[in-house]
Amino acid sequence: MPLDGSLQRLRREGHIVVVGASLAGLRAAETLREEGFSGTLTMIGDEPQEPYDRPPLSKQVLLGKVPADHTALPRRRAIDAQWRLGTAATGLDLHAKRVHLSDGSSVEYDRLLITTGVRARPWPNELEADLDGVFVLRTVDDATRLHHRLKAGPRRVLVIGAGFTGSEIASACREQQLPVTVAERGAAPLVGALGAVVGEVAAELQREHGVDLRCGVQVTGLEGDQAGRLRCAHLSDGSTVEADIAVVSLGATRNTEWLAGSGLGAGPRGIACDAGCRAFDVRGIVTDDVFVAGDVARSPHPLFGYQFLSLEHWGNAVAQAEVAAHNMINSSADRRPHVWTPSFWSAQFGVNIKSVGVPPMGEEIIVTQGSLSDRRFTAVYGYRGRVIAAVTFDQAKWLDFYQRQIEQAAPFPPPYPSVDRRPDGMRPVPAGFPDPSLPSHGPTVTLSGHSPADRRVSFTPMRA
Amino acid sequence: MTSVALLHRITDYANRADPYPLYAELRKTPVVQDEAGPYVVSTYWEIKELLHDPRISSDARNLSPDAPRGPAQEEDPNLPPTFLRLDPPEHDRLRGLANRPFGPPHTPRRVHDMRSELGEIVSGLIDGFRDREGGDGIDLVDTFAYPFPVTVICRLLGVPREDEAHFHQWADTIAASLDPVSAEDREARAETTRQARSDLALYLAGLIEERRKSPRDDMLSAMAAGHGPDGQLSPVEMISTAALLLIAGHETTVNLITNGMLTLLRNPDVLKRLRDDPDLAVPLVEELLRYEPPVQLLPQRTTLTDIEIGGTVIPKGASLWLVLASGNRDPQRFPDPDRFIPNRPDNQHLGLGSGIHSCFGAPLARLEAQLALTELVRRLDNPRLLEDPPVYRQNAVLRGPRHLNIAFDGLK
Repeated sequence: MPLDGSLQRLRREGHIVVVGASLAGLRAAETLREEGFSGTLTMIGDEPQEPYDRPPLSKQVLLGKVPADHTALPRRRAIDAQWRLGTAATGLDLHAKRVHLSDGSSVEYDRLLITTGVRARPWPNELEADLDGVFVLRTVDDATRLHHRLKAGPRRVLVIGAGFTGSEIASACREQQLPVTVAERGAAPLVGALGAVVGEVAAELQREHGVDLRCGVQVTGLEGDQAGRLRCAHLSDGSTVEADIAVVSLGATRNTEWLAGSGLGAGPRGIACDAGCRAFDVRGIVTDDVFVAGDVARSPHPLFGYQFLSLEHWGNAVAQAEVAAHNMINSSADRRPHVWTPSFWSAQFGVNIKSVGVPPMGEEIIVTQGSLSDRRFTAVYGYRGRVIAAVTFDQAKWLDFYQRQIEQAAPFPPPYPSVDRRPDGMRPVPAGFPDPSLPSHGPTVTLSGHSPADRRVSFTPMRA
Repeated sequence: MTSVALLHRITDYANRADPYPLYAELRKTPVVQDEAGPYVVSTYWEIKELLHDPRISSDARNLSPDAPRGPAQEEDPNLPPTFLRLDPPEHDRLRGLANRPFGPPHTPRRVHDMRSELGEIVSGLIDGFRDREGGDGIDLVDTFAYPFPVTVICRLLGVPREDEAHFHQWADTIAASLDPVSAEDREARAETTRQARSDLALYLAGLIEERRKSPRDDMLSAMAAGHGPDGQLSPVEMISTAALLLIAGHETTVNLITNGMLTLLRNPDVLKRLRDDPDLAVPLVEELLRYEPPVQLLPQRTTLTDIEIGGTVIPKGASLWLVLASGNRDPQRFPDPDRFIPNRPDNQHLGLGSGIHSCFGAPLARLEAQLALTELVRRLDNPRLLEDPPVYRQNAVLRGPRHLNIAFDGLK
């Protein structure tokens, strides 16, 4: 591979800074070394821990099956990095090519990779959020504290928001025989991510496992006792739930505040980047030296009309980090696009849920294999006559096929017979997604329009 | 079409020792209809795709009436079909119930907990080589690769030790019937096979009943006890499932172990590496499953509708052969595919299948092969092949040496 002088110098003695030392940051660093980058590598992370894995936090860690400090990410190789852990990035100077840090120092870079991810959206009322017993779950510290409190045997746990994280927390509580109330603003759990048809199955699962599930309600207030401990929650239907623990699971916020005023195309929806993971600036011009990967990125996807797509998916973080790292140290002709088909999984109430594609784009849904009533099925989402997504409950081994159907824009409803097609899988029905502009737990895949400079949170009509 | 002759040559016993050049020929046309009728798929990505395709059935009832039957492994006509030959939802129900006492999530430690017992069986069998030291060698198949997995499956199911000899007998007879042979031979053997199958079924029925009354920590007891809301296996389903596990559980593992030792003896540098570094056994067995898979091809799939793949339309109801061993040597997927590289990276081989029918006993088979090969190379001093290639079994599907005669200077 012919490299010009400056690229060779970058690879040999350049300085690459990675802001965000979690899954995407670590995998990118490993890829950089794997591909021969021998310069200086600095890893900046606001959490004090070395990179760790988050999916177990709402599952095995809450159950006490895995101690919270045993979730460190396995290393693929040594990365020989200078670690600046427990230090948050506070600003970016694109002209001086410097990242400013919370300890007052700054770091210069030749190439910058931003993998700052997301954080849990906090309870909006700060006084109530400060009550003892009110939690969010995103970090290993969150998980440790919550696990201890669950072990102590609370009277009742209130989970606010029945997205994937909220549902997994409820599942972990029930597995420990703890009384749980789940309050969800939407019509059913998972409704934002998978629609009402599948959400209804999730609701039945929860109720069968003894969850006190309340849908179509909002928590209007959290009330503490005189010692500042959570006592109860007030719901919009006028009822009250006595609980000493509340876990706020209202989705995530992108960690982009530190980039305010930097000139980068960053905002509440994430940082816009091209398919090669290069960040856009606010003028919509792509940068050459700033790259983005993981949950904080939003990038255009050819399968979905080149709309910018934000994904809070483990597999996406890894794939995008690898592409970003590769592109950071290669010339434009050798760069690769990030065209990952969204996919995610969840384990809750004894069921393995997996999905590919972008379910919230789906207008209709059809059960192609198995049946909803068995809680064991494959359902396909259709958008304008083509397959756009699929979800499986305990049938993950078929997903590869449906992923190809999505990638080939195969016709919807599927015109072919398949094994285990049931009578109730003969006709598509409306998928039942709520209006995405309504705040809820939120989907984990979001299409966010065509503008790289989108700095506002606004509903982009998906079915215009 | 040249491929017509190819398929015939692949099943031809004369090519049993090395079918791989033929597979390379076959891959020039990823999907091809053979003269005899079946559509043969030989390239990695196409096979992988079909293994996950819900338009593909494993149930012979979906074959069109005029489609040719593959060299199917016969099952007992008096028992219900096993999950190997069924589609969901029946497949999922039977396999799920069979898996309950075998693997995660309900029994995550079953295989792990057998480790020390497996080690003892291996040691015992190798100790038995002692009286043959320095002599005219041993047949590794008869003395080791065959008795080891049969003993293991007996322990797993819960067959009492004093009955293991019967079990070996029935297993031998039934296994022999799986080799496609000439019509006369088959006729002559049919009665013996029927008898063995019915004796085995009768025996299993009795044992299951016994375990139901006084359960122990084994799979038959767990199956007989049944659990939870998913219901349980009916008595005949239990018998057919247990018989399937018995046959499938050793017919394949014997080949894996024998192919493994053959490959190691042909690659002395790798043998030495394994001896120096027993941890190499884990990736080495994966490479073995790629390089010399015990199940060479899956001959019993059919299409529920017309399917286009690799530029060919396979019509509904066609018989489909998926040549796993060929996909495993596909240069489009594996660099340098004809080299045995024990620590090969990115080794997503097809040796245990893929999709819902992927090998049920995979964790056990892997552990058996890892332990067996590690111990054989550790304990045999200067092992060497007495003939190469060895004598192969007839079977083109479950391919492996019938005998593997080796010599060695001593035992550690």
